[in-house]
Amino acid sequence: MIRGLMLALAVLLAPSLASAETFVFTAIPDEDETRLQQRFQKVADYLSEELEVDVHFVPVKSYAAAVTAFRNNQVQLAWFGGFSGVQAREHVPGSRALAQGVEDAEFVTYFIAHESTGLKAGEGFSDAMRGMTFTFGSKGSTSGRLMPEYYLREHFGEPPEDTFSRVGFSGNHSRTASLVASGAYQLGALNYTVWENEVAAGNIDTDQVTVVWETPQYPDYQWTIRGDVDERFGDGFADRVQQALLDMNDPELLASFPRSGFIPASNEDYAVIREVGQELGLLD
Amino acid sequence: MWQSATVRTSLGFIALAIVCAFFADFQISTHDPWQELGRLMMGLVIPDFLAVDFLGEALLRTLAFAFVGVGLGAFVGLLLALAFHSTWVRTGCAFVRAIHELFWALIFLQFFGLHPLTGVLAIAIPYAGIFAKVYAEIFDETDPQPSRVLPQGSGRAAGLAFTRLSQAWPHLVNYTSYRLECGLRSSAVLGFVGMPTLGYYLESAFAQGLYGSVGALLILFYVLIATLRLWVRPRLLPFYLLAAPFLLGSGLPIVWSNVSRFFTQDIVPAPLRNGEGIGGFGAWLLDLLATQALPGIWNTLLLTQIALVITGALAMVLFPLISRHFTGRVGGTLGHITLVVMRSTPEYLLAFILLQLWGPSMLPAVVALALHNGGIIAHLLGQRSNQLTLRQDAPHGLDRYVYEVTPRVYGPFLALLFYRWEIIMRETAILGILGIATLGFYVDSAIQEIRFDRALVLILITALLNIGVDVLARRLRARLRLRHNVNCEP
Repeated sequence: MIRGLMLALAVLLAPSLASAETFVFTAIPDEDETRLQQRFQKVADYLSEELEVDVHFVPVKSYAAAVTAFRNNQVQLAWFGGFSGVQAREHVPGSRALAQGVEDAEFVTYFIAHESTGLKAGEGFSDAMRGMTFTFGSKGSTSGRLMPEYYLREHFGEPPEDTFSRVGFSGNHSRTASLVASGAYQLGALNYTVWENEVAAGNIDTDQVTVVWETPQYPDYQWTIRGDVDERFGDGFADRVQQALLDMNDPELLASFPRSGFIPASNEDYAVIREVGQELGLLD
Repeated sequence: MWQSATVRTSLGFIALAIVCAFFADFQISTHDPWQELGRLMMGLVIPDFLAVDFLGEALLRTLAFAFVGVGLGAFVGLLLALAFHSTWVRTGCAFVRAIHELFWALIFLQFFGLHPLTGVLAIAIPYAGIFAKVYAEIFDETDPQPSRVLPQGSGRAAGLAFTRLSQAWPHLVNYTSYRLECGLRSSAVLGFVGMPTLGYYLESAFAQGLYGSVGALLILFYVLIATLRLWVRPRLLPFYLLAAPFLLGSGLPIVWSNVSRFFTQDIVPAPLRNGEGIGGFGAWLLDLLATQALPGIWNTLLLTQIALVITGALAMVLFPLISRHFTGRVGGTLGHITLVVMRSTPEYLLAFILLQLWGPSMLPAVVALALHNGGIIAHLLGQRSNQLTLRQDAPHGLDRYVYEVTPRVYGPFLALLFYRWEIIMRETAILGILGIATLGFYVDSAIQEIRFDRALVLILITALLNIGVDVLARRLRARLRLRHNVNCEP
């Protein structure tokens, strides 16, 4: 048994030499996790071809896990949300935002309500919402937590826990949609692209749920890369990754984000997200 | 009867739970909980084994993590048990086992990341603490006589092997195999934080409402636990232990500089890291205690006390299901299956399922804790009652339950319940990760905000709370003179 254990340790601790030159990326699990691997495997294949290195996609269970993997240099590139990207770049000096989706430059959050609340489509925030139940998405989500909380505080002048009788965190956007659709929560806030995707796919009964308000625009999702990739994969590697992302125009690949294309992005584009994060006390 | 300390203590606990219930939130908030439950049942009746193409891998990983984690834990635990007379070892063990596997996993995820070592250590460390304690108790119960008659100059190791170890062996094996079952549950649950075990796929499938896959995963898990005795044989064990490390998967390579960063930066409280001095640290700590720790502790205590009493009630109601004084052969078998299903479903998994069905409140948590722990205690109590011999003319039915059996098993019942108290509290804290505002909720929030200094303070508070309850339970057991037999320990 002791020999077995020693062997176990040796195997566990052995550095995986094979993966030394593999370029690994991840993505925040913002919607259907069962499809993450399928969605991003194609992207990995595409990048592998463009960059001529082994590219691996690794799925993670939470936004924080994506940030941690990036910070720990276990992944070098990530498809982050606005806020998780800010968190990641705070923790990894030298890292930079490479590209965002065309839609991400002017992203919005939808506030949705169950039909039983009596709230009408597009009627906006109102005192009728007080005392209802409300769900965010993931705790670390920009469109599902950060921005909706910011606007709720701005309108009601108090933390959401005081406005609503119950505040939950569904975990991801598609779950927010289904929880509000089932009436588990009366209200919810989510990423508008996920909502429109789910509606188009017929997963949501729009007689049961309606969009009552949408936030003003803000920047959201982006690709962020570590600053030390050039050392590891050769000069100009980060720029080549950026070019490969910008060149991605296969509708099948883009549909998995879902975005119509990618445009250049910079760290400064997300200054507003950083400020909101600090204002809400989520960033030191 | 009212003068009995046992009865007074029981009534005290019930009264406390009723008071707690007034502060707790038990609302079912889903629109149509029965419809969801119906869909889940359909999934169990018509499981979709083909939908989950990674089923084999999930199963393999679940087994591998359990074997390596429990194996390592048992080995280290055995060594620690031999040094258990040392206060340092005892305190250290109490501390590591007061922190739940999932919290350990969350800690290791910060610097080992998604490497198999994270999952292995998350199981091995708390299990080593538990093994050390129980092994030490088993050794204490062995007869010291053989070691006194050893000839002068016998080696320590040989002496140990031929005296205490040989006597204790059957009990050690018994307990270790029980722990392996727990290890499988822990391993499955680790999937919820990203290890590639059953929980990983179960969570994803649930999130998408793929009840066919959920059913398939759950059924596989039950079959795995139920058939444990058939395939875990002493002779096959070395083979399993040797094979398991190779089946953990590769994960992502460890970057060792992350480990030092974690200990020298991440867990240093932010004000100290930023040079704000002791004053800044005081304000930081006070804020953390007031806004997160206290509400977390309050909810953890509320939920624990309510769950404890309902667990006890459920166990008292259910134990006749497998007691020969109340059931026949067929009824007994059915009762057995019921209890096996109840106790082999991890609380975390059960709470997760109920939360999806009923919406977020303390209700899913209480029911999950009561079902799992009630199932365990009822099982042990039923076994205990089967050792009783009643008079030929003993009454039947309810009279037998109330006047003959219950008074005889009530002492062991309380002992078991007090033993589970700490376990229930540890689970209560961890259920916070699912969104119920116990301490785990705040730990999870801190981790989502990448603020490990806060998370660690909250985890430490959770551990202290667990240790406190453990001490209290031990005192109560001693005061009520409840004899506690390690060999029937769950």
